[in-house]
Formats: sequence, structure tokens, C-alpha cells
Amino acid sequence: MSEFSVEATDIVRTFNDGNFRALDGVTLRVPTGQVFGLLGPNGSGKTTMVRILSTVLSPTEGRAIVGGFDVVKQPSQVRRVIGLAGQFAAVDENLTGFENLRMVGFLNHMEKSTAIERSRQLLVDFGLADFAHKLAKTYSGGMRRRLDLAAALVADPPILFLDEPTTGLDPQSRQDLWAIIEGLVEGGTTVLLTTQYLEEADRLCKQLVVLDHGKIIAEGTSSQLKSSLGNTVLVLTFSSTGDAQRATGLISHISAKPANVDGTVIELTVDKGPASAAEALRRIDSADIVLAGLQLREPSLDDVFLNLTGHKAEDAPAVVPEKMSRRDRRKAQV
Amino acid sequence: MTTTSTPTLTVASHTSIGYAVRDVLTLSRRNLLALFRIPTAVVFAMIQPVMFVLLFRYVFGGALGSSVPGGQYVNFLIPGILVQTTIFGAVGTAIGLAEDLQRGLIERFKALPMARMAVLGGRTLADTLRNVMVLIIITGVGFLVGFRPHGGVLRYLAACLVMLLFAYCLSWGFAFVGLAAPNSETAQAMTFPLIFPLTFASTIFIPLAYLPHWLQGFANNQPVSQAADAVRALMSGTPAGDSVWVSLLWSVGLIAVLAPLAVNQFRKVA
Repeated sequence: MSEFSVEATDIVRTFNDGNFRALDGVTLRVPTGQVFGLLGPNGSGKTTMVRILSTVLSPTEGRAIVGGFDVVKQPSQVRRVIGLAGQFAAVDENLTGFENLRMVGFLNHMEKSTAIERSRQLLVDFGLADFAHKLAKTYSGGMRRRLDLAAALVADPPILFLDEPTTGLDPQSRQDLWAIIEGLVEGGTTVLLTTQYLEEADRLCKQLVVLDHGKIIAEGTSSQLKSSLGNTVLVLTFSSTGDAQRATGLISHISAKPANVDGTVIELTVDKGPASAAEALRRIDSADIVLAGLQLREPSLDDVFLNLTGHKAEDAPAVVPEKMSRRDRRKAQV
Repeated sequence: MTTTSTPTLTVASHTSIGYAVRDVLTLSRRNLLALFRIPTAVVFAMIQPVMFVLLFRYVFGGALGSSVPGGQYVNFLIPGILVQTTIFGAVGTAIGLAEDLQRGLIERFKALPMARMAVLGGRTLADTLRNVMVLIIITGVGFLVGFRPHGGVLRYLAACLVMLLFAYCLSWGFAFVGLAAPNSETAQAMTFPLIFPLTFASTIFIPLAYLPHWLQGFANNQPVSQAADAVRALMSGTPAGDSVWVSLLWSVGLIAVLAPLAVNQFRKVA
């Protein structure tokens, strides 16, 4: 097995006759045997990238090698070394969990007995054995996700693409899925996952890239990314915007990064949380400003984005031209 | 070329005809299972045609009985209902593919080493099997309400083949609509302006002479009427004229246009 399972060079993908560039020259290399993260808000191009690497879409420009095969020239070879779990749990609701997996096994051209045995085993491994013969439409969101992931694993692929695997899941289901992914990587699987959650990237990914408007705006390890940001976010809430503005002037020197003021809330990324909080409190108190609330929290993707781009992740406009067809729009945005 | 890095599998084994056939069968089985598990699909496929048979047989049959050749409206009606049902049933193809697209199943299929044409091949084959089922049900119900195909067994089977072929070719058009629609509700809505003029401005339910004069040109020459006329003539044993050949030509022409459209649309979507 070579050093890199995925090598993508200068990938460009346009939609709507070239008017919308979903990917604008993305280069990334995924080391074999680890989890690689593609972090970014909605509309940043994550899904388009996964679709290109999994041969679902072809790139407009650029070259991608997956498992040693070119996605454009050798798509059928690529499809035999990958598993894909897309953004929506792509299970057939009118089939049972077992039937879903067996179907995917057959479509992977496995022997009938192997497909059946593998499907049963996966249902047990993923805690779905009791629901194996229930229709997937009766499954909860977390169960569907697990079934979807199991479907991607039926052929035991060495490379796995997971597009926002935990979006919309409750905390417990998210933890369960993380544990499954970690188990897979221990077994030697290479995973490329997209996520909107820094926490998820932090927990799972050794290396990651941050995507915004189809371009990579940062890359490195999760800790590199966070240390470039400061370790903690200090959130101060005031009872009026006037107070917040006065306080900003008093405390902005605590962080090297500019304070983010939004109405009555000030957010400051700091290195030493408690000490910075104490200092801020002293200054605010001595200026006779009343503090309504104080919180220290881990930096989120929003903070990374604010830091890297000057705009919040959720504000990032998915620049989709008006005259784009709805289908293109859907493809470009998700 | 670095084909040596996958020693366990060879390309040929995955792209062979045998695997393509297996993929088609896997997916048509999936589509047929869904047909029995979605209540509305069962209603559309089985109950609605039976209701149509009873409704037209007893509500319109009295008024129209004397107007049709042989004086037996039920013998005129059943072949028409067969063609009509296959067209209404094909709406399910459009809805099903639009749903597969919405739910990400098409994306999943495209990332699998299966034959890509199996998605549409499996769907249209499932349609055909459903139509065989419809044929059996309607023939059975037809017999109960007086349907007697006087053409004999061989001509009856020939009629079934003409009908199944026409329906198969048409279902590629519905596949195209399903893949082109932004969601399943729109897919369903998009098929209505197609199916209603084609089934009602036709010779499915009433003889051509009873249609308004201005409509007769369209009604007589559109493919659904030709199919209905061909099936009816073969089943009843009356002279078929050119309708059988014209219907077969329509089928070939339709699939020659619609299949490339559907396949091209399938390539584009994800």
C-alpha cells in the first residue's frame, strides 16, 4: 500500500456552464491508514470533492488518484477500493436493514453466501441485529446512519469516504459513530471525512484541510489549527450594546486576535482561559460595567472561520447564481 | 498502469455481461419488493385498474355497448384498460427514480462497481414484471365481468407482447422525467400532462367515432391509440389493419429516443 491513499491535484469543478466554481483548485493528499478531515461550512465544496473522489462526479479540471487509480480514467477500479457514505443516509426505506446490505453486497459482485454472511455480521457489529428484518423506514436517525455506514463497508474497502457522517445525530449516536470510525482506522482503513464540526475533526482527524468557497484556506493537524487560533474562547455578555462597546476597548488587548463584538456579546480567543477571564473581570469591574454573563468554551468552526476569513461559517454565502437550475443548486450546495 | 495493486480482482470479472445481468436482477427485485410494501403503489398497480374495469364496464358499458364492434363493450374495454394501466403504472418509475435521487441512492449506486446501466435496466425490467402481474389480474377480473377474447390463445399472447413492449419502451420516458425532476412530487406532477391526454384523448375507452371531430386526428395517430387498437384487434380476433406494425414501430421509435435521453440524464445527475 502506498503512502497516500488519495492524491488530488488542482481539482476544479464548475456547475451551470462554468458560472459557478464549486471547487477552485483543490490539492490534497490523504495518508494511508488515518482519518483525514475536510472541514468547512455548507457550500464550501466538501461534498463536491467527495463526489469527485468517489467517481460520482467528474472533475472539470485536475487529476485525482484514489487507491492508485485515476478517478477519470479508471473509475471501475476506483469503485472497488472505496466505500461511500453520502451526506444523506442513502438506504432504501422499503427494504429491511438486512436486505439493504445484501443488495449492496450483490452490487459489489460478492458471492451470495459471502454477501449474506457479511450483511449479518455488520448488522451485529453495528448494533442493528435486533432490527435486521425491520424495514429501514422504521429506523431512527442514528440507526439509519449506522446502516448507511455499514452499507459502505459491505465490501470491506480499504478507503472510506464519509460525507458529514454525524450531521443531525444526537450526542450519543455521534459518540457511537465516532467509536466505529476509530475502530475502522485501527483495522487499517483510510478515512476521508467531511464535517462542519471542529470537535469532530479534533477527535478523529490526524490531518485536515479547511475549505471555504471551493478553496483550501488552511491545512495541518487539528492542534496546529487550534493553536493558531488560541485555545479558548472567552464569551462576555452585557446588558446593553453600549456596555459591550465600552468593555471592548478595555479588554481587547488581552488577546492578540481582534475581539468579535455582536450586539451585547463579546468573544475573544485567548491562550490562557482562566487568567484572561480574571483580567477581563478586573478591568470591567473597575470601570463599573455590569457583566450579565461569562463563559469559557472550546473554539468552534465558527471561530476558525472568523479567524481565517473574517466571516462566520454560517454567514458564508453559498454563492449560487440565481439562474442556476434547482438540481445544480442542490448539487452545488450540499 | 498500476493494475497490479489489486491482485484479488480483475476488471473483466466485474464488467462482464454475467455481472451486468445479475446487477439488473438485483435492482429489479428491489423495485418489485418496494411495489408490494408501499400501500399507494399497491393501490395504483392493482386496485385502481380493477376499479376502472368495474366502473367503465358497468357505468359506460350500457351506453356504449351498441357502438363498439361486436356489441360487447367489455371486449372493447379490457384491452384498453391494460394499456392505460401500464401507462399510469409507469408514473411510479418517475416517482421512484426521483426518490432514489433525493435520498442519495443513485449516488451510492454510482460509487459501486456495479454496471451503471443496471439502475435503469433494473427499474424498467421491474416495470415489465409489474405489467405482467397487471395483465393477469385484469384478464382475470375481465373474465368475471364477461370479457371473452375471441382471438384465441396465440393471438392473446401476441397481444400481451405488443402491450409489454410498448409499455417497456415508454417507461424509459418516465425514467427520464424522474431523473430530470427536482423531487418526487414534481416528478409526479410532470407526468400528468403527459399521461392524461395520451390515455383519454385516445381509443382506450371509446371508439374513435365518438370523439369530437377535431380530436380524431390526434387521437387516431398517437402511439397509445395505436397500441390499444393493436392489442384489441389481436385479442378479439378482428382484423388488425396496420395497427400492430404501427404500434411496434412506435415502440422502437420511442425507445430509440427516450432511452438515450434517460441514460444521458442518469450520467448527469448525482
